[in-house]
Amino acid sequence: MNIHEYQAKALLKGFGAPVAEGVAIFSADEAEAAAKSLPGPLYVVKSQIHAGGRGKGKFKELGPDAKGGVRLAFSIDEAKAHAKEMLGNTLVTKQTGDAGKVVNRLYIEDGADIERELYLSILVDRTVGQVAFVVSTEGGMDIEAVAHDTPDKIITVAIDPETGVTAADLAKLNAALELSGDAAKDGETLFPILYKAFVEKDMALLEVNPLIVMKSGRLRVLDAKVSFDNNALFRHDDIVALRDLTEEDAKEIEASKYDLAYVALDGNIGCMVNGAGLAMATMDIIKLYGQEPANFLDVGGGATTEKVTAAFKIITADPAVKGILVNIFGGIMKCDVIAEGVIAAVKEVGLKVPLVVRLEGTNVELGKKIINESGLNVISADDLDDAAQKIVAAVKGA
Amino acid sequence: MSILIDKNTKVLVQGLTGKTGTFHTEQALAYHGTQMVGGIHPKKGGSTWEGSGGTNLPIFASVAEGKDVTGANASVIYVPPSGAAAAILEAIEAEIPLIVCITEGIPVADMIKVKARLDKSSSRLIGPNCPGVLTPDECKIGIMPGSIFKKGSVGVLSRSGTLTYEAVFQTTNEGLGQTTAVGIGGDPVKGTEFIDMLEMFLADDETKSIIMIGEIGGSAEEDAAQFLIDEARKGRKKPMVGFIAGRTAPEGRTMGHAGAVISGGKGGADDKIAAMEAAGIRVSPSPARLGTTLVEVLKG
Repeated sequence: MNIHEYQAKALLKGFGAPVAEGVAIFSADEAEAAAKSLPGPLYVVKSQIHAGGRGKGKFKELGPDAKGGVRLAFSIDEAKAHAKEMLGNTLVTKQTGDAGKVVNRLYIEDGADIERELYLSILVDRTVGQVAFVVSTEGGMDIEAVAHDTPDKIITVAIDPETGVTAADLAKLNAALELSGDAAKDGETLFPILYKAFVEKDMALLEVNPLIVMKSGRLRVLDAKVSFDNNALFRHDDIVALRDLTEEDAKEIEASKYDLAYVALDGNIGCMVNGAGLAMATMDIIKLYGQEPANFLDVGGGATTEKVTAAFKIITADPAVKGILVNIFGGIMKCDVIAEGVIAAVKEVGLKVPLVVRLEGTNVELGKKIINESGLNVISADDLDDAAQKIVAAVKGA
Repeated sequence: MSILIDKNTKVLVQGLTGKTGTFHTEQALAYHGTQMVGGIHPKKGGSTWEGSGGTNLPIFASVAEGKDVTGANASVIYVPPSGAAAAILEAIEAEIPLIVCITEGIPVADMIKVKARLDKSSSRLIGPNCPGVLTPDECKIGIMPGSIFKKGSVGVLSRSGTLTYEAVFQTTNEGLGQTTAVGIGGDPVKGTEFIDMLEMFLADDETKSIIMIGEIGGSAEEDAAQFLIDEARKGRKKPMVGFIAGRTAPEGRTMGHAGAVISGGKGGADDKIAAMEAAGIRVSPSPARLGTTLVEVLKG
């Protein structure tokens, strides 16, 4: 689960991290009061969407010369003008895709005098199974480009979960970021704070880009991107309350209600599969035969008829779907349950596109019998290759 | 031979008294008499679990007690996510040699703590978020469907449950059969990575070939490929077929498995496939052709 920058900063501030003063607003009317409450005279007006690249992003509705999604304002009037122009418009960044995202929230923040921009993130380093800091002196830019062009400028410091951040870790981080004096002292306070926030709140990623050294020589968290481990949300009601549903795909929200793993994609063949690996492989094989999948959907190991019906409805509600492939290898999942779910769903919502069903595993004969005797126009397939070829052919022929 | 488990493996069940634990324990008992020897429940110690197949099992209050009484050398965990890490830690404390955790949805932070302890212990953990381990005709730990297996010569190793079934089913249909199938699980932090299992399959005389199934996210496949290259230089090599799921997965999206995500431009399928091919693995573009591809490789 992702949260907005302003929410991330409030969270980090709660742990004692140095962040600028700022106010989140939802309408342009609030801009003046927000700016007035800050020290000034420099303000930053920042679009709050769940995507990076906001500064270089462009608003669809504004001209090509209009400023991007993060703007400086040198007066309260300028801050107001920016807010009016930005709110309600669609920001396209390299992470949003061409559709862009509507900016419904802005964060007006006190400006800072920047001496140096650094990069810091905390994540789970899978190779060692530990939480790790990833830092670089090359902050404020696209870190993937830095990693690609100058990998030696990125330094990783993994943290032993049984000791936490040690003095040696702090020395490594300060050295890697070339911090000294007040900035190094700030680092010694800040790094353990960020680690604590990461662990206590079950974060999946905490990215501060940039972390700045100000002209005063002190450190400040200038931007913050935080996402959480979905598997740990059950113990963080405070974090769940920060979820912004307007940032999520409506089909994905619906799927999450039924505990279905669903990811919306751009193609036109809807898929319903059991198991994450097989669901990905099903997408891949559709592509192999020349079409694109409309979604990833794992109905899980213990799906009921109701769950299968819900999954089927979500797939058929997508207007881009021109054909559906159901691919089940029943282990725990029994094929007859899937068959009944599919039949129930088809009877309820109708079937306007070709449907190919491939069943294998537990109770496969019973499952096939249910499908064949349903009288519905369902195309049976013997294996995954056969199924993929049949649905691709059916969609092309339509 | 087989790896990890055989007909002498004695298995405790943590989470036996729940619906999932009960169902899969009955399935395991029915599978060539897998030696399920008891269940664990902190509050129900001393009671008896009654399986629908007529087998009764004793319930112990702790893993340590269950191990002392039954001589168990393995434990399978069906405990819900919030308590699963504690269950693994209890099994580690009790020095159970093989711990198999089926549970999906354990917080990563919990697994990081588990891994720190595991690394200092003598236990091996398979999973979590995995289908388990099965040695045909001898022992079934976990949730794999026993009916698709056949005793044979292929070692099957996978991050995905249902793709494990595909590989098993296809090698059964080709008449090759399996020595052991191991699902290592789809989480980002887990007990066992590919390398350890490849080492065991390379060392096992009856395993004549290996199918390895990976997916996007992390670098376990690349690490495994490097391991295979190093071992081949020492003259240890077996015919292998591979598959990587997620060629069409978009960056930054978690694809069902918590560990299946391409992030920061890393963990994509193409890099993995290239690394595996460089290690001499024949990577099948289709998950439906694992068995036939292996037959081709074996023909040379």
